[in-house]
Amino acid sequence: MEAFKFTVNGQERTVTTDPARTLLDVLREEFQLTGAKFGCGEGKCGACTVLMNGKRIFSCRTAIESAAGKSILTIEGLAKGEQLHPVQQAFLDAGAFQCGFCTPGMILSAVQLLDEKPKAGSAEIATWMNRNICRCCSYASIHNAVQTAVGKE
Amino acid sequence: MATEETYEMLQAAMLEYDEPVDRVKFDFALTRREFVGVLGAGLLLTVCLSSADAQTPPGGQRRGGGGGGRGGGRPTSLAARLHIAKDGTITVLTGKVECGQGARAEITQAAAEELRVPAGRVTLVMADTALVPNDGITAGSGSTPRTLPAIRQAAAAARNMLVELAAKKFGVEPDELDVTDGKVVHKESKREQSYADLASAEDAGKLFGEAVPGNVTVTAVKEWKVMGKPLSRPNGRDIVTGAHHYPSDISRPGMLHGKVLRPPSYGAKPTNVDLASARAMKDVSVVQDGSFIGVAAPTTFAAEKAIEEIAKNAKWDPAPHPSSKELYDYLRQKARGGVPTNPFADDLAKSAKALRQTYNVAYVQHSPMEPRAAVAEWTDGSLTVWTSTQNPFGVRGELASAFRIPEDRVRVIVPDFGGGFGGKHSGETAVEAARLAQATGKPVSLRWTREEEFTWAYFRPAAVIDAQAGLDVNGAITSWHFININSGGSAVESPYRIAKKRSQYIASEAPLRHGSYRALASTANNFARESFMDELADAAGKNPLEFRLAHLDDPRLRAVLEEAASKFNFTDRWKQKDPKIGIGLACGTEKGSFVAACCEISVDKDEGTIAVKKVTQAYECGAIINPANLKAQVQGAIIMGLGPALREEMKFSGGKMLNAAFSRYLVPRMEDVPDLDIHLLNRPDLPSVGAGETPIICIAPAIANALFHATGQRIRQMPIKLA
Repeated sequence: MEAFKFTVNGQERTVTTDPARTLLDVLREEFQLTGAKFGCGEGKCGACTVLMNGKRIFSCRTAIESAAGKSILTIEGLAKGEQLHPVQQAFLDAGAFQCGFCTPGMILSAVQLLDEKPKAGSAEIATWMNRNICRCCSYASIHNAVQTAVGKE
Repeated sequence: MATEETYEMLQAAMLEYDEPVDRVKFDFALTRREFVGVLGAGLLLTVCLSSADAQTPPGGQRRGGGGGGRGGGRPTSLAARLHIAKDGTITVLTGKVECGQGARAEITQAAAEELRVPAGRVTLVMADTALVPNDGITAGSGSTPRTLPAIRQAAAAARNMLVELAAKKFGVEPDELDVTDGKVVHKESKREQSYADLASAEDAGKLFGEAVPGNVTVTAVKEWKVMGKPLSRPNGRDIVTGAHHYPSDISRPGMLHGKVLRPPSYGAKPTNVDLASARAMKDVSVVQDGSFIGVAAPTTFAAEKAIEEIAKNAKWDPAPHPSSKELYDYLRQKARGGVPTNPFADDLAKSAKALRQTYNVAYVQHSPMEPRAAVAEWTDGSLTVWTSTQNPFGVRGELASAFRIPEDRVRVIVPDFGGGFGGKHSGETAVEAARLAQATGKPVSLRWTREEEFTWAYFRPAAVIDAQAGLDVNGAITSWHFININSGGSAVESPYRIAKKRSQYIASEAPLRHGSYRALASTANNFARESFMDELADAAGKNPLEFRLAHLDDPRLRAVLEEAASKFNFTDRWKQKDPKIGIGLACGTEKGSFVAACCEISVDKDEGTIAVKKVTQAYECGAIINPANLKAQVQGAIIMGLGPALREEMKFSGGKMLNAAFSRYLVPRMEDVPDLDIHLLNRPDLPSVGAGETPIICIAPAIANALFHATGQRIRQMPIKLA
């Protein structure tokens, strides 16, 4: 057991735990931040996606020790109070989800895309979002939502 | 989604739990007072017609007993449908679940329409067995044709009663009153009463005390103001903010996290399992009960370490099990009663052309985004379980049976969960979590891993399908014989006009646990039939569209086929031959709705790849209730269907799954999405039927037919792979 300090959604947090424990488990079980989901445990579905220092990571494949000193953003920290992030708003407006289990990961993936390629084209969006699985296969609506959010930047 | 025979298969395949349970004195049951405590004071309307009753087919009880709890004498739910609080808040109760297919939005619309209020005024409580009526399993495209009418009748009955109440107050006749926006208005005297006013009236409770008849007139389609229009998911904001708690997100005070020991292969029996080292681990509880071995610990991490410790040294006795390579031969050999012979063999021999082909369809896994999950908590001998299931009352029955307690001591709560697709009809995870919770005396959360989901959940059944047909000199089909081995009878009957035809499903000895899946066997049957129809068209020297139309009487099926073909410009494009570009079509009907698809594929023989570039699909399911949700279902079904059409296939050997991971079992992703051209045919003159399944059944045969069009190569298996 070791103590790890990092920032989650702008707040300083400390957790004392096994260094090999995943960031996903710590977020969900220590901080009750359940927006990041367990989908596969091998970094192949993107349901666990969070941003670490602004870059998307698979939190199910990230040991808590490698998150030490970093800044983590989860879906719970994305909106500013009642004001949704443009990507959240675009997903809501487009109804870009069915069961919605993949949605937090999809949105956070798209947030990084927007930050880095604010003028991403259709094919770039599809390639970027290809890391995230939606089993309800709402991909067409998700693509539209991301495209809309990109257009607004 | 379960057809009757496959529901029985599923029941038979369910895990057996023979566990001695501590006998406890049960003294807890939810009371009506607690129920009202949830909703607040006001009017609670019990309406005679429940959709569970509506789901009983004519002439007998619904088979499979998926609803559970209905054979046990007194009702175990309050069977109340609608509540109007004194502040005017409207709460509607349903046993249906939301797992992404839009039941929450559509049931809300149905209630709002009949109550004459905006959808936002209605709060829907779903799938809490202590609170809601038993509307049966959420499957088989049943919510639209059966639950929605029940909701509409209840809401219309409530509206009528409120009108009567207002009429008494005003001293006028009910037909002098109008209802708009939740207010009963007497125009002439300019008097009005809101639902809140009426619900607060002292005498209201007396008037509403009796169950009201369900047999009331509902609003005609042409008068719809809320139905027939898009309504997005009512709790959509909680989805995009991460605020919604899925079953795997539920947290209870003092909750532990569970893990269950799985055999290394199918049928393996434990010969020596040493639990001592896991028992010695800090804060870990080990539970052994017969063949059930599980652990619970304060964190998932600790529970995983403990179960790994047990698995490391466990000794097992394996059982023989066929491999996926020999699967189709195995299913044929084990066909119950043997494979029937063609009763039209003489006709076939005499026909101008005779075709005999066999089609194979692999096992696939639903792999919903949220693996099975349950949180179980015991309080004074009563059990509450939050779980992801399409069958809340059925799971309540499973739990009651596993723990040998009455159903009214079990409460199953199903928060909106992460995908089902027919894969979550059973309650094994709930039972496992409850066993761990019982042994530890604490709430336990159990979430299956993806590997468990790919190995121990049930699968869509594999199929072997034999098709035989004869053609006369004019290219008309003279006889038809069609046998589905193992996968089921959905859509096994041909919709085409053929003088002599026989279609039949026969069971086999399934090597894997199998059960329902979106559209179930209709996908396999339609794949084989529509592929075979293309082969017959080719043998007859006909265009595939003309050949189908020449054998098709059903005007609704003709309409979707003609619509898709026309929008795709099929006839002209089919004449153009290019070995790298193929076009194909398919049509079909199941569960009362009609679908046709045309697709364009590109073929790269060097790379051995097939890419679907465009799909034009026409779909008709009666009067459209929510066009946005319908489009989402149709698009989702097509893309989901690309997986088993081109790539998805469970591979196994020696009783072990060889590809139980998303890295080895490739589901559709965003880059796989073709250009989608969707045409929804609205039929306000026809009853609405469910649309969550049937839109999936045409994509695979359309691709197989397109591949033949491009290359002349006929692939008679799903997934379709270049030879």
